[in-house]
Amino acid sequence: MKKTVLGELEELVLLVVAASTEDVYGVPVREELQRQTGRNFTISAVHTTLYRLEEKGFLLSSVGGATAERGGRSKRLFALTAEGGRVLREIQQMRTRLWQAIPESKFQLLGI
Amino acid sequence: MHGQQSSPSPNSSQPPRWADRLLEWFVAPHLVEYVQGDLQEVFYKRLQQVSLAKARREYGWAVLQCLTPFFYKSIPPTTPGCANKFNDYPTPAFTSMLRNYLKIALRNLTQNRVYSFINIGGLAVGMAIAMLIGLWIYDEVTYNTYHKNYNSIGQVMTKGNFNGDAFATSEVPRPLEAELRTKYGNDFKRIVMARGDENHILSVEAKHISQVGRFMQEGAPELLSLELLQGAYSGLKDMNSILLSASAAKALFGDADALNKTLRIDNRMDVKVTGVYEDLPYNTEFSGTQFISTWDLMLSDNKWMRDAANQWGNSSFRMYVQLQPNTTMEAVSAKIKGVWQAHVSEEDKKYNLQVFLNPMNRWHLYSEWKGDVNTGGRIDYVWLFGIIGVFVLLLACINFMNLSTARSEKRAKEVGIRKAVGSRRGQLTTQFLSESFLIVTISFFIAILLSVIALPWFNELANKRMTIPWLNAYFWLISVAFIVVTSLLSGSYPAFYLSSFNPVKVLKGTFSAGRFSSLPRKALVVTQFTVSIALIIGTIMVYRQIQYAKDRPVGYNRNGLLMIEMKSTDLKNKFGVLYNELKRAGITEHMACSNSPLTGVWSNNSGFEWKGKDPNKTQGFGTIWVTHDYGKTVGWQFTTGRDFSTQYATDTVSSQRGLNAVYSIIVNEVAVKYMGLKNPVGEIIKYDGYQFQIIGVIKNMLMESPFEPVKQMVYIANYDQANTWMTVRVNPTVSMRDALAKMEMIFKRTVPSVPFDYKFADTEYGLKFAAEERIGKLASVFATLAILISCLGLFGLASFMAEKRTKEIGVRKVLGASVLNIWGLLSKDFVALVLIAFGIATFIAYYFLTGWLHKYSYHTEISWWIFVVSGVGALAITLLTVSYQSIKTALINPVKSLRSE
Repeated sequence: MKKTVLGELEELVLLVVAASTEDVYGVPVREELQRQTGRNFTISAVHTTLYRLEEKGFLLSSVGGATAERGGRSKRLFALTAEGGRVLREIQQMRTRLWQAIPESKFQLLGI
Repeated sequence: MHGQQSSPSPNSSQPPRWADRLLEWFVAPHLVEYVQGDLQEVFYKRLQQVSLAKARREYGWAVLQCLTPFFYKSIPPTTPGCANKFNDYPTPAFTSMLRNYLKIALRNLTQNRVYSFINIGGLAVGMAIAMLIGLWIYDEVTYNTYHKNYNSIGQVMTKGNFNGDAFATSEVPRPLEAELRTKYGNDFKRIVMARGDENHILSVEAKHISQVGRFMQEGAPELLSLELLQGAYSGLKDMNSILLSASAAKALFGDADALNKTLRIDNRMDVKVTGVYEDLPYNTEFSGTQFISTWDLMLSDNKWMRDAANQWGNSSFRMYVQLQPNTTMEAVSAKIKGVWQAHVSEEDKKYNLQVFLNPMNRWHLYSEWKGDVNTGGRIDYVWLFGIIGVFVLLLACINFMNLSTARSEKRAKEVGIRKAVGSRRGQLTTQFLSESFLIVTISFFIAILLSVIALPWFNELANKRMTIPWLNAYFWLISVAFIVVTSLLSGSYPAFYLSSFNPVKVLKGTFSAGRFSSLPRKALVVTQFTVSIALIIGTIMVYRQIQYAKDRPVGYNRNGLLMIEMKSTDLKNKFGVLYNELKRAGITEHMACSNSPLTGVWSNNSGFEWKGKDPNKTQGFGTIWVTHDYGKTVGWQFTTGRDFSTQYATDTVSSQRGLNAVYSIIVNEVAVKYMGLKNPVGEIIKYDGYQFQIIGVIKNMLMESPFEPVKQMVYIANYDQANTWMTVRVNPTVSMRDALAKMEMIFKRTVPSVPFDYKFADTEYGLKFAAEERIGKLASVFATLAILISCLGLFGLASFMAEKRTKEIGVRKVLGASVLNIWGLLSKDFVALVLIAFGIATFIAYYFLTGWLHKYSYHTEISWWIFVVSGVGALAITLLTVSYQSIKTALINPVKSLRSE
């Protein structure tokens, strides 16, 4: 059984795709990432990640409509698969468990 | 839809073309569209926010960021949903085509093992040689470049004409210094007077070691850009100071700090260590200089050197200069040309003394002088080996070309089919070139391996300490260039030849290479063998010349002779004691002193007069001052007359008896001939106010170069002068090991302040051949490998020839040809080629060897048998190489060879 370990960027990209209400492609994913994290991502990085996620079976892609602003080139639209959704769930649950394990007093002590 | 307009109008607000093309070229085809689409979308968005130039820059940058393995190595995902979408993609040149070519090349290689072995082995050996020679040349060319002021350092030299003998020397008189400093000071950044490398005894308490060093003026460390580990450049300011090399400091003080310690030079001069410098690398002129002490200290210790301050006639010093950056060696040489001549007497003006600068970059490679003309030197060997290296590499490449074309018929079909299917010629060329690129690359790595293995051995042979410069970027740059050039060189001919085949002819089966198609191949074989045979002839000649000089009679008995330099006054004073002690211990047979070592003549004097002297004979005589036992010690042989003897008081020159006495003198045969004396014994020779009577004539003693004629010599018994070298004949009944051990003991007891430092006369004599022997050995290695590589090629060629003619031979055998007939048939062609090569090689070798031999006055002749031996040898090797294949083919059962098809 292949381990479903996700890198940080992979996780973020997967979340962005999951959060979107319809299919998305490289550019909007990158913009959303930048908005949310305040960090700058290269197209190269975003694409690499998207394709990796597809290879892992967390995303599914289809060829979408071309627009003139892209020089007539079609888009590759990505959508979350069931497998992808499950992975996100697992990650969230794991995080929640870890969060719950932190004693409340600790943050109070640190004044946060 | 874009991109058609060529004017830089608003329409050209597009992403940079190069970036797009780059992207299309390397990104895996199933990804290009989406990546490019996204990039362009971003580009047009940015266009509204920033300037066009900036957007374009950003686009280019974004493309470059896509240059990751992911994008060009990516294969389409195989997930069920999208499997079919990307199946029909075209092949990008970079990823698959080249891989395809290499795969085919690799298959070809593994299928034809012998062929591959010959190609790769030959090329690897050739490259390894070229690499080693390259290292050697690099080492030679970078000699002295350790010194940062390399290009501005020069040595002051003089040339002139002394009684018809032109000369050039680096020994200059002391007053020249003041002259240059006062009159031409602006041209020089530094002027440093010095003495040459000399042996001195350095002592710390009871520890005495003998070290080579120099006495130099203050600017020396800066001039030589010494790397100081301790102390400062100003270390030579104070008269009583010394700079030590790191290894000398370690020898004297061990691990203790040497700085500011005191030590004693030659048991006389106390100095303080004011600096320790990193040992100089072996390939510099000053590498032997283990310490540098001050010029003033040496002057204070030495009266005659002090006196020389105003003597223009005493040239015993050296002068190194560093020029100001705004001038050149030539300019300064021209300026200072006449400074010495202006100070000599009217009478001496005829010597025409000229002062000039010899730049440091010429010291090593152009060190030979004939008279006052610089005749080159090691640069000849740099060229020679460079040419040999190129030739050996060429031989290996020729093998490759030859084998590839020889196999062309086998591959003709492959080419034909490829063409018929639609391969363009360019593609075929690329394929063959990539094949040769693969072979060359493999060979290159084997060559590196071979070089690494051979380097220690090569270093010993060449007397160097070279290393492969793994970390040098230039080395790798050159290596890559080397691979590319070699693969183009060796692959171009097959590539263009094979790709030119006409597919129709080839596939119809009427293809034949044509009558003259093997002509270039033959020419190449001739070239190979010409080089090989010429190298063999050269090697034999070099060895003959060395042997000839080695067999030259030396005129004395070298066995069991030791030479000891008498560096310190202690040793000089204790000579008598040593003499008695050693004799009593039964270690020595004889012992004597002289002013020159056995392997050199350090003193030349002119002004000898004799009866009937031809006034044109103005050459000097080598003069050796000796003690009585000198002749007995070295074992010289008399043709007439007698040796020095203690019975005659007049045998020894003594200041007490003054000028009126007639003293004894011994001369050599050359001197008798030079003076033109019929009955030499009893003749009187006048010199320097003294009168000498010839008492004996000895056979010529070879004391200097074995390649030069023996000089006219006089030997005079004079105890005041004979004090620089001690010669000891060890008793032949005592083993040398015991003798040395006992001698050392007696030495230590008698003169504790002097380290026991001896040299074997025959070893010293042998050193005179070192340079020639080195060349001989290197040449023989190259010659052997050259012929090996050539034979390797021949072997491959013969095997293909035989293979091609298998059927023909089958028919011949059926019709009754014997094995011998067939062997002759197959070998004949090659024999003819080798004979042609032999003819050319003879010409070339004869031409070059005559030139080389004339460098030596004492040289052997080029005899005809050398050529015969080389020719017969080459022929024998050829037949041996070819015969294996011919006989193998001749023995094949014709039933088998004719059965196929």
